[in-house]
Amino acid sequence: MTATVETGTRPLPALGPNRKLKLPKQAERTLGNGLTVIAVRRSAIPLVELRLWMPFGRTHLARGGMLAQTLLSGTETHTATQLAAELQKVGGGLSAGIDPDRLMLSGAGLVTGLDRMLELLADVLTGATYPTDWVETERERLVDRIQVAQSQPAHLARTALLKRIYGRHPYAVQTPEPDQVRAVRPPVLRRLHAERVHPAGAVLVLVGDVQPEKALDAAERALSGWKGEGQPAELPPAPPLEPGPVLLVDRPGSVQSSLRIALPAVPRTHPDHAALQLANLLFGGYFSSRWVENIREDKGYTYGPHSLIEHSVAGSVLVAAAEVATEVTAPALLETMYELGRLAALPPKPDELEQARQYALGTLQLGMSTQAGLASLTSAYAGNGLRLDFLAEHAARLAAATVDDVAAAAARYLAPAQAVTVVLGDAERVADGLAALAPIRTESA
Amino acid sequence: MPTRRATIPATKYPVERFTLDNGLRVVLTPDRSAPVIGVAVVYDVGIRSEPEGRTGFAHLFEHLMFQGSENLEKLAHFRHVQGAGGTFNGSTHLDYTDYYETLPSNALERALFLEADRMRGPRLTEENLRNQVDVVKEEIRVNVLNRPYGGFPWLTLPPVMFDTFPNAHDGYGSFDDLESATVADAADFFRRYYASGNAVLAVSGDVDVVEATALIERHFGDVPARPAPDRPDFTEPDLTAERRTSYTDKLAPLPAVAGAWRVPDPLTDFAGYLPYVVLAEVLTDGDASRLVERLVQRDRSVTSLGGYLGFMGDPFDVRDPTALLLQAHLPPGGDVDKVLRTVDEELDRLATDGLTEGELARTQARMATHLLRDTDAVLGRALGMAVLEQQRGEPGLINELPRLVGEVTDEQVRAAAATLRPERRASIEVIPGGAR
Repeated sequence: MTATVETGTRPLPALGPNRKLKLPKQAERTLGNGLTVIAVRRSAIPLVELRLWMPFGRTHLARGGMLAQTLLSGTETHTATQLAAELQKVGGGLSAGIDPDRLMLSGAGLVTGLDRMLELLADVLTGATYPTDWVETERERLVDRIQVAQSQPAHLARTALLKRIYGRHPYAVQTPEPDQVRAVRPPVLRRLHAERVHPAGAVLVLVGDVQPEKALDAAERALSGWKGEGQPAELPPAPPLEPGPVLLVDRPGSVQSSLRIALPAVPRTHPDHAALQLANLLFGGYFSSRWVENIREDKGYTYGPHSLIEHSVAGSVLVAAAEVATEVTAPALLETMYELGRLAALPPKPDELEQARQYALGTLQLGMSTQAGLASLTSAYAGNGLRLDFLAEHAARLAAATVDDVAAAAARYLAPAQAVTVVLGDAERVADGLAALAPIRTESA
Repeated sequence: MPTRRATIPATKYPVERFTLDNGLRVVLTPDRSAPVIGVAVVYDVGIRSEPEGRTGFAHLFEHLMFQGSENLEKLAHFRHVQGAGGTFNGSTHLDYTDYYETLPSNALERALFLEADRMRGPRLTEENLRNQVDVVKEEIRVNVLNRPYGGFPWLTLPPVMFDTFPNAHDGYGSFDDLESATVADAADFFRRYYASGNAVLAVSGDVDVVEATALIERHFGDVPARPAPDRPDFTEPDLTAERRTSYTDKLAPLPAVAGAWRVPDPLTDFAGYLPYVVLAEVLTDGDASRLVERLVQRDRSVTSLGGYLGFMGDPFDVRDPTALLLQAHLPPGGDVDKVLRTVDEELDRLATDGLTEGELARTQARMATHLLRDTDAVLGRALGMAVLEQQRGEPGLINELPRLVGEVTDEQVRAAAATLRPERRASIEVIPGGAR
């Protein structure tokens, strides 16, 4: 029997007219202490989202990691448990995270609890005490977490790629070693907090069911007492990519290989950014891309290949990632290089570009349609010196990019000759195949 | 200072329901606050319904639903959704399979067309089947075989707790079963379970009800009528003696443990079920929760801890039998027996002494935030309402959940804790084989 259905002739319905990107109501104020507060209104649910971005470049890796891990461990007026319970009372919560650019406090809660959440936030910023017993507990937890991360192929591949791309730049190593973490003591954390957790250069974003001016007033009331001077440490620009042999990182017994390919990219404000974003979509930046259609939907080599432009304060980079079956490691890399080369050497088809353009424009709308999405977007932009208005400008540039613009961006940034390639996998099984495609250098994981 | 109880707010998302002549149930929930829509189609078939010898088939079939349909070539579905500015996916659960898009609202008709087309008939070809078997095998490798703690505990705990094939088998499937699946199997599965009478369509967001209703009738109205199949009874008796097992994970660097207890039927005894949903949060939500305070901070016997209802973390879209799960990761050399004993001790203490002043109210306030946050996304609303319609005929329950959670009493939480006895517990331990 055949289960194939006869192809019918129903036409695909056309799209209705595009809705114009409408920016939400917002307000901004810089407080006397240097803290910038941005408030955005989205009233669909009675909540408020909070993001506090503090510049934190060039921080000692283990100390920074431990500071994020223990920032909410207690203050002069609240133990960690009390702090969590007080936040919970207003449906709130806070969590801290760190990367080479920033320290970030994020949370959400009932809008009726905004004042209380800000009060507790201020308590943490001005009075975190880093109690010895908590620091000890959290130190071991962080060590365990690092150990688990080091057993994850995605983490190992990422670690190898960062080292390969960034060399001696502070971005090169982003996870501390367990022994470095074990050496961190509470006085060091208190000193780091005093030196670096200050309002100058920090941006607080509040998004939710609240009038922006009122949210700014609430933030000013709660956070004006947060003091602290000091220039944030500047990061040197990220170095340019240096192509070379494929770096094969040996993970014996792997049943898959992790492919990671880095290519040059530009910051959001660069004139090539919109065209490069579209070129990236065409290559591997969304499901309907050439790379996904080739190595997943045609050949079945992989489950979730994707490519992404990563923007950091000191530079941008395009990273393509796929986990492929061990036995097809070399063929998957071959197809990857083929698709990069094809896009760099030949202009895309106009309808293919239109499809990617619609996707880029549509996902801007989707990203703005929740409080959490708006908050994260506003904060990410603000951390890079941009405001939500940039969205409208960017949308206009996406709409205007021509086939020639995208072809030029692909030729400039996606040429396989510029690729930095890392493969994590079972070297014994994949080295010969890879060596047939390119020079390789092997390291252990 | 007296404890002030935060007022639990509610949403008022409107709900329009109707059923087409072919049995397809429809839920509309308009909201013009942003120019985006969520579209969800949920079929009442999941992992529990797949045939013996065909482990992983419900999920494999989910992949096949994206491989072309009556009027659409392979790859067309993806291109048309994304080319309209949208995103899409599907997922397979114990009791249902969902397909969904979120798009700018000018793509409403296109999304309806795409979903209706594959409801009429996916293109089930040998080539597509072999391709997606390969893709699914890579999915299993990336999520289970090539990483530490893969499938823990959602794949590893059910076979300890349950005895019958529907409840106990591996829902991702064995490579042998996946490889031996045939196009005829797929056609049969489609005919049986992907009936219009076995599906719910939900549309949320920036739509006009009258216009959307007309479009839905236009595109889904002539999907051939087929009734829903009888759903077998998957019930199993509760445990009467503790079950405990372990396995070595050769990639895992540290020990881990998960334990679970059966809970009341979420559909027929929702009032009896809700206290367990709250209990899981009382035990594990954040630094002020019972088990985090005790096990993480005081004893340092675990490094992280989670608690939730349903093996896939889905308290409001799972049928009986289901469970309350706790899972924990331990430090090097950690003592799993001791952790389980301490959990028993804390449950006893809660059952005996009850909750502290304000403990329940703050947990409920936090749960309300989580529930509201989930429904802020148009898609979260569409999916939630679709499953509530399918399993309960009550999509509007989504508006009521924060309030219902808020009405659970101290006494109910305490009584729920009292039922989580060691002799009713199934647990599984991960023995680390990946010491570095």
